Amino acid sequence: MSFYNTSISELHQQLVNGDVSATDLVKRAFDRIDETDDQVQAFLALNKEAALKRAAEIDKAGVADDQLLSGIPLAVKDNILTKGLTTTAASKILANFNPVYDATVVEKIKQAGAINVGKTNLDEFAMGSSTENSAFKTTHNPWNLTRVPGGSSGGSAAAVAAGDVLGAFGTDTGGSIRMPASFNGIVGMKPTYGRVSRWGVVAFGSSFDQVGWLTKSVKDNAILMQAISGLDKHDMTSADKEVPNWAAGLDDASVQGLRIAVPEEYVSDKLDPDVREVIEAALKHYESLGATIDTVKMPHTKYGVPAYYILASSEASSNLQRYDGIRYGFRAKDAKNLEDVYVRSRTEGFGEEVKRRIMLGTFSLSAGFYDAYFNKAAKVRRLMANDFFNVLKDHDVIMGATGATTAFEIGSEVDDPTKMYFNDTLTVPVNMAGLPAMSVPAGFSKKDGMPVGLQIIGKQFDEQTLYDAAYVFEQTTDVHKRNPKLGGQD
Amino acid sequence: MNFQTTIGLEVHVELKTKSKIYSPSPVEYGDEPNLNTNVIDWGYPGTLPTLNKGVVRDGIMAGLALHANITHKMHFDRKNYFYPDNPKAYQITQSDTPIATDGWVEIEVNGKKKKIGIAEMHIEEDAGKNTHTGKYSYVDLNRQGTPLIEIVSKPDIASADEAVAYLEALRQRIQFTGISDVKMEEGSMRVDTNISIHPYGTDKLGTRTEMKNINSFNFVKNALEYEEKRQQQVILSGHSVVQETRRYDEPTKTTKEMRSKEGSDDYRYFPEPDIPPLDVSDDWINEIKEDMPEMPNSRRERYVNDLGLTKYDAEVLTQTKEMSDFFDEAVKLGGDPKRVANYLMNDVNSYLNDEQVDLQDTKLTPAHLAGMIKLITDGTISSKMAKKVFKGIIAGEDPAEYAKSHNLVQLSDPAQLQPIIDDVLANNQQSIVDFKNGKDRAVGYLVGQIMKQTHGKANPKIVNQLLMKSLQAK
Amino acid sequence: MAEKIDRQEVQHVADLAKLSFDDEALDKITPQLEEIIGLFTDLQKVDTDGVEPMYSPTTEVNVMREDKGVRSNQRDALLKNAPDTQDGLIKVPAIIDESEDGDK
Repeated sequence: MSFYNTSISELHQQLVNGDVSATDLVKRAFDRIDETDDQVQAFLALNKEAALKRAAEIDKAGVADDQLLSGIPLAVKDNILTKGLTTTAASKILANFNPVYDATVVEKIKQAGAINVGKTNLDEFAMGSSTENSAFKTTHNPWNLTRVPGGSSGGSAAAVAAGDVLGAFGTDTGGSIRMPASFNGIVGMKPTYGRVSRWGVVAFGSSFDQVGWLTKSVKDNAILMQAISGLDKHDMTSADKEVPNWAAGLDDASVQGLRIAVPEEYVSDKLDPDVREVIEAALKHYESLGATIDTVKMPHTKYGVPAYYILASSEASSNLQRYDGIRYGFRAKDAKNLEDVYVRSRTEGFGEEVKRRIMLGTFSLSAGFYDAYFNKAAKVRRLMANDFFNVLKDHDVIMGATGATTAFEIGSEVDDPTKMYFNDTLTVPVNMAGLPAMSVPAGFSKKDGMPVGLQIIGKQFDEQTLYDAAYVFEQTTDVHKRNPKLGGQD
Repeated sequence: MNFQTTIGLEVHVELKTKSKIYSPSPVEYGDEPNLNTNVIDWGYPGTLPTLNKGVVRDGIMAGLALHANITHKMHFDRKNYFYPDNPKAYQITQSDTPIATDGWVEIEVNGKKKKIGIAEMHIEEDAGKNTHTGKYSYVDLNRQGTPLIEIVSKPDIASADEAVAYLEALRQRIQFTGISDVKMEEGSMRVDTNISIHPYGTDKLGTRTEMKNINSFNFVKNALEYEEKRQQQVILSGHSVVQETRRYDEPTKTTKEMRSKEGSDDYRYFPEPDIPPLDVSDDWINEIKEDMPEMPNSRRERYVNDLGLTKYDAEVLTQTKEMSDFFDEAVKLGGDPKRVANYLMNDVNSYLNDEQVDLQDTKLTPAHLAGMIKLITDGTISSKMAKKVFKGIIAGEDPAEYAKSHNLVQLSDPAQLQPIIDDVLANNQQSIVDFKNGKDRAVGYLVGQIMKQTHGKANPKIVNQLLMKSLQAK
Repeated sequence: MAEKIDRQEVQHVADLAKLSFDDEALDKITPQLEEIIGLFTDLQKVDTDGVEPMYSPTTEVNVMREDKGVRSNQRDALLKNAPDTQDGLIKVPAIIDESEDGDK
């Protein structure tokens, strides 16, 4: 039995009433994983024993009215540290790495009583748009097993789409939550930079990374996001901002008078025509509900990919230097001397894409190139952020496609990094500016039947408007009611 | 050909904060390996720095102590390089926006005063420690993350003597702020040097050589003097100085070439994304200014002008903040300045030297020293007795009580002294005759006899007065 | 400015990054990097005169921690994760270049 057609609130009520136990829910998750994961390959590690033990404790203590997440099974992307449970970032260099502490987001959901069922696959160190860059396995899209689930949070997205869990952690540096959400027909939120603590999240691009959720529904997403947001003394970039109860007012949400800006670049003819059709229909739907649509120009969008790949790779090249074979993780066998430990551990431990990014970043920061690449990109970043801030001065949200295409075939782009990078054209600008953005299921491509995501971008720390707009769309359309045909009946 | 020497110094000073600069691990020395480390110090995946406010405060205070301009808007930068004692493979330092810039200290060499400029100061983290033995190296990360201030001089230093004077001035001023022990022998002050020479009358600086981590003032002097001569010889023999890092070899008092690294360093600095920028307010700077202890030069002026000490005494007393504070406190408690100074410079200093301890490690208090000096001044004890009482106060005992219990009180009461004097005079008729005949020596002899009778406890001043009166009455 | 990145430059960058590429890997990555860096070079078309670089979208400023020392008690767990240790120290094959003692 899957977790389709239910919600956190519904399961919570059943737990409170005693209609179902936390143990039942955890078993349901593992049964469903058994049913689907041979095909989907979403998980890198299962937390069966600990999850069942935790469920038994919760059942013993009972679930109170205000413990909304108590007993709810969830999954964790494997670049988020879980104490006592291997965390690999899908890299050989961390293949047997046993974290000695929990990420703040993990600690928060543990405190809330949620149960971690396992660690999900990703592109190594979250670098990729297809989850094919995992050192361990390739995750398949539950809607069509020959397609990629998107990346880098592909395992989390596929687990939710397959009905294994109601929600799974993602991280988003340049689209790694929104892209897989779009490819898997689910909801993905990347909150404002600083909204969520990065403590315990394997760093990729430190000024871009944010943790968020991939969920079946908008409301579940809002509930889960509230549970992990807020100031954390371990992360100096986490914001000292009040965390609203985003889910509370959703049932009264309206888009009447919502001022939507649609950048030409986000609905351009560079989009797959079928994707474009779905997005345009979604925008019309908003209009029919009383929203206004303005077409705007965001002229620097096209520079997003190069600027992002310079800056994020530069930060990554520095962040990944700590994987040196000295203190933890993989150390190459029989290294003769220190240099040998470094070079061989890193060369054997990192995969191709990670090495490519390290090379790009190292190059961009190296003597003689810093001004032309790193610093130039940082200036372009300012211009891109200003584009957003200007548009959002007199608009509430920006909308457009999340990706230019639907999920592509496994193996079709993996040897063409440049092409792969351009998948991120519409997602990276948001990370450059640090704004909140989500992808919500907007419909299905006529051509291949695959899901298409609508991207909604908001003002800094204004996740509420995004959730409101997304919820209204979800509740007034049937898109979310479709599920992949997988593992027999649902 | 005559040459002009240009020396630049980079000094690293370790701060005495309770916790590390970017992690809450304690800053303590001599503990078991890796005891004072946590996941941040090990550069674990997912860890992030948290900036220690105390380090920023100390950095600002050091800037103020060195007459520098404090930077208001600043950020941190990453310096990337691989080394086993550098767990993140980057050091979080400041490159774009040093915490302070454009300072100076005044030095005096051969009676000539000169200002040496300070280009900039950074706050940054120290690395761990590597120990090399044969085929392996061993890494202890206890020191990793210990806060440092790096102080970079302007190329104003023209000789090895000036370099040492500059270091001494820096050491003193930093020491007086209380933010660091600044002890070269313990590594809380470390010096990197660079030196070049160029012909007099020309502007262009010569090629410089660097020497890192020289660990005493003497070695700095020897190393720079040797290097200055070596470079002169190189140039005079028609060769060029090679830009390189050299090493000071103490046994031979020479500098030696180090195996040069392949290719040049490329640290790939960029702004640290994990630490939000700082915008230091004037209010905070003023608060720190008010907290800053009085600097040594101002104390020296006070000692000479207000307390009548010699310039030399003032110099000695301001070697460390502890000594100077001790002096000020003892004077405040009523100790005669000159006597307090003499005791500190002689008895106390020789005790510290003999025992190899710091003033703050002894049980001596300013109150006890001042108390003992008052006993001397009011005649309760003699200077000779004071030498004995000192043994008591250095061990933490109260001077008055110690003097009393050890029977170290002078006999000053005339009613007690007069009978003894009378007795001595009665037994030394010849001395009285000698005195009458103008032989002054006789008085000395008589005093000696009286002291003998009183086992040295008689107050010589009173004895003198009473004796003279008695003699004249004869 | 180099719009082209050749094998020699790739080798230099690999040295900085402590990576090694054999001939076959160099043959593959060099044109890939060349293509991507060509893409980066597009940025030169953007007029950024007088534009302040943006290194982070953070809105935070003056975030600091009070100076309080806390011993983590994580040492044993940390040493257990290390590939090689001895007497509480992390053990690594020796540095060949003896001249650098790493103190900064």
